Amino acid sequence: MVPLSWYLIFAAALFSIGLFGVLSRRNAVAILLGVELMLNSVNINLAAFWRYGDVSQMAGQVFAIIVFAVAAAEVAVGLALVISVYRRRNTVVADEINMMKW
Amino acid sequence: MATELLIWLIPLPPVLAFFLIVLLTNRNKALSHTVGVGAAFLSWLGSMVVFVRALGVEHLGEHPFVSSVTWLPLGETTDTYFDIGILVDPTGAAVLFFVAWTIFMIFLYSVGYQNFGQPKGDHDQAGLPPHGATVEEHGHRHRVPSVEPMYSRFFAFLGLFAFGMYVLVLSDNLLTLFVGWEIMGLCSYLLIGFWYAKPSAREAGVKAFMTTRVGDVFMLLGVAYLYSATGTLSFREIFTEGVLHTLATVPSGVLGLSAAGLIGLLLFIGAVGKSAQFPLHVWLPDAMEGPTPVSAMIHAATMVSAGVYLVIRMFPLISLDPTTMAIVAFIGAFTALFSATIAVAQNDIKRVLAYSTISQLGFMIAALGIGAYVAAAFHLITHAFFKALLFLGSGSVIHGMEHGVLHTGDHKVDPQDMFNMGGLRKKMPITFWTFLIGGFALSGFPVLTAGFWSKDEILADAFGHGHWAVFITLAVAAFLTAFYTMRQITLTFLGEPRTKEAEHAQETPWTMTVPLVVLAFFAVTAGWVGIPEHFPALGGLIPNWFHEFVGGTLAEHPEAVEFSIWPLLTSLFVALGGLGLGWLVYRNVKTPAEDRLQIPVLKNKYYFDEIYDYLFVKPAYWFAETVIYKFMDQGVIDGFLHSFGPVTDRFGSAIRNYFDLPVINRFFGDGSANVTYWFGGKLRVVQTGRIQQYLMFALVVFIAVGAALYFFLLA
Amino acid sequence: MTGEQIIFLLTALFTLGSGVMVVTSRNLIHAALWLVSALFGVAVTYALLDAAFLAVVQVVVYIGAIAILFIFAVMLTRKDMRDQGPQMNTNWWFGALLSVLVFGGLFFLLQGWSGLSRTASPIPPGFDSISELGNALISPDAYVLPFEVASVLLVAALIGAVYVAFNPRSGDTRK
Repeated sequence: MVPLSWYLIFAAALFSIGLFGVLSRRNAVAILLGVELMLNSVNINLAAFWRYGDVSQMAGQVFAIIVFAVAAAEVAVGLALVISVYRRRNTVVADEINMMKW
Repeated sequence: MATELLIWLIPLPPVLAFFLIVLLTNRNKALSHTVGVGAAFLSWLGSMVVFVRALGVEHLGEHPFVSSVTWLPLGETTDTYFDIGILVDPTGAAVLFFVAWTIFMIFLYSVGYQNFGQPKGDHDQAGLPPHGATVEEHGHRHRVPSVEPMYSRFFAFLGLFAFGMYVLVLSDNLLTLFVGWEIMGLCSYLLIGFWYAKPSAREAGVKAFMTTRVGDVFMLLGVAYLYSATGTLSFREIFTEGVLHTLATVPSGVLGLSAAGLIGLLLFIGAVGKSAQFPLHVWLPDAMEGPTPVSAMIHAATMVSAGVYLVIRMFPLISLDPTTMAIVAFIGAFTALFSATIAVAQNDIKRVLAYSTISQLGFMIAALGIGAYVAAAFHLITHAFFKALLFLGSGSVIHGMEHGVLHTGDHKVDPQDMFNMGGLRKKMPITFWTFLIGGFALSGFPVLTAGFWSKDEILADAFGHGHWAVFITLAVAAFLTAFYTMRQITLTFLGEPRTKEAEHAQETPWTMTVPLVVLAFFAVTAGWVGIPEHFPALGGLIPNWFHEFVGGTLAEHPEAVEFSIWPLLTSLFVALGGLGLGWLVYRNVKTPAEDRLQIPVLKNKYYFDEIYDYLFVKPAYWFAETVIYKFMDQGVIDGFLHSFGPVTDRFGSAIRNYFDLPVINRFFGDGSANVTYWFGGKLRVVQTGRIQQYLMFALVVFIAVGAALYFFLLA
Repeated sequence: MTGEQIIFLLTALFTLGSGVMVVTSRNLIHAALWLVSALFGVAVTYALLDAAFLAVVQVVVYIGAIAILFIFAVMLTRKDMRDQGPQMNTNWWFGALLSVLVFGGLFFLLQGWSGLSRTASPIPPGFDSISELGNALISPDAYVLPFEVASVLLVAALIGAVYVAFNPRSGDTRK
């Protein structure tokens, strides 16, 4: 059997990769890609804790489903924002979208 | 009603009248004089009742009417109080008698004198004497006297004055006596300056107030010394043998006087101011600027009597020191002669009487100075009656003359100048006869008049006790008195009218003549109560009641002097001689130029006003102007204050430039702002607007804090 | 090493490799496609965890909808078909450092946890996870409220996305 630690370390690794994407990519769409990876890593954790805990308690799966919904909403809004910004500023580079500074 | 309670109530009506008139009835003249005269009547009634009851008490001197209440906690121990109260002993009763009569008569007289019932003046104004009104009658216009514009105020002041006098007479201690004394001082100022729009009246009021103030200060010193020496101001407590003995033996350290002598001298100076004795006599003639009832009130009945009354009251104390007594006698005798000589040369009818008053008061003071206690009190009372009579009579004359002035319309004629008069006996018979009685009483016309008996008693005392200087001085003064009195009567009433105004003079209304008649009655009869026992023919017909009665006030009953024919002859001679000479000299004098006695030095009152002006008034002005104003105020005080400005200014700018600007403004104010600005400037670069950098910062902080928490809390 | 472990390791390697390609590939279309493969790997992981429903939803929703959405977005935000210039920002090394730190931190924390090496108990016979999940989602005693809130969130996101992405300059089509 696969021990729980394998899943957790796998999820942590995926999370860190996603984090790196969020922190380092210039393109706003690419940042959102990194966010998707992080959300998936969380979902892996939730599913793993369900499977390795009391199976009859469905909280893990339920929250995974809700994370799906939140992720879908986030992607929809986030991409809409990116498109809107692109229309106004003609760029999707995160560094250049700095209107909200001092 | 118990006599003591009644005595307490006597001073009350006039002061109530004062407040009533001032506060309520001021606008209604009839109501005001009703209140005023009514109050005077009530006090008169009470005084008469008290007087009659006092007559019925045997040995009143040992058992006077006394009553006192605790007034002022002294705080030395818990229940020591300064007591105030009333005292009516024989002297007090006698004084109360004449005070009540004269005050009541003066109130009544004022109604007529201030022209009550006459129309309002054409152009009268408050603060000036009424100028007369024009009325139409039977088709032709003529001018009549007009009512005084400040009629109600006059009665209010009179009421307050009467209150002061009653308080003074009835007090059983020096403090309330002094209170009444000062109330009268204030009222004399108010009344002398009653016509305040006249500059001369204003100045006379101030002069009277200031001059008497000089005496009052000394009197207050005397009162204070007396209180510190004995611990009491009550007459009855002071005039005990022990206290008097202590006062007489303790030296005061001033001029070699004993304590009693110094206190007596200080109190006597107060009396000098109030009774207008030399050298503080100057205010009294000027006080004639007031309305005539005021002159009568101040000069005859009350205020000047107050000075003599004080000396009479304090006689047991003053008589302890021979030096003080000598001073008193000297001042009195000197004043009597000195002012009699001035009176000879005066033309103003009231001024003659004013100097006459000073002279007669000098008689009393001199009498006290030689120990003639009873004679002084006797003369005080008779003088009050006939001098009040003379003043009111002169007021009546002036009033009649004003009538004439209004008739002719020539306002340059002075209705008070005797050389404008003459022949008034036909026009004003009642005034003439009463004035004649008063004048004869003043001159000491033998046997009939009161003045003869009292003056004779003074001369007899001086003769009997061997005070030759006093005797001769007073005799000469008495001669002059008769002389100038006859001069006055001759010029005013006898002969033919010298002016048109005198021809048209008119008798005055009954409110003025009734008081004259009443006072004339007393001017005659008041003397009969004191006829010496051994007087030829008359002696013994009526017992010498006055001597017994008033003499009972003193602890040691004074012996009546042995009868001697010389003083009697002297007074007969001076009275009749003076009167006769006066008539002889003045019966044919028509103008002032014919009057040989218009000697400048006498006319100008020995230049005392001028001397005082140079000695006191001018230096005071100079002192005020040069020293106080220019040097003290402008130089020292203003200079000091002005130096304050620059110093404060410099100090202020120093604080501003060296503390406020650099420390507060630059360091704390601008400094904190600059620091914040600098930090803001440095920190604002953090706000890059790059979302990834924010996230990095967040993570760094998260990791750092998480690590720290882990290592420091969990591990 | 059992077959299941081998399958897990292969899947994990595949997923992590795809993830690295997602965050490093220069071409965004490639990155989106690498994301699809990573998401597929995650779906396999779900299957390995006996979460069949999640595996299906992962494939249908993520790969079928979200990944396609990304590809559309990439295409809509490009001037030309090539991605020019650097795809990493200037602080990428710091991001990498932080990521390593986070991983290290998580690894460190997991190591100290006692339940780390537990194994899964077998699924009880007759246990139907899908019907259990369905019951949990719509049961008033369980998670119906979060479920409904999620639906509201989706509607709000739908409307918000339409509003935000609406191009005013292109004008109202109904005009």
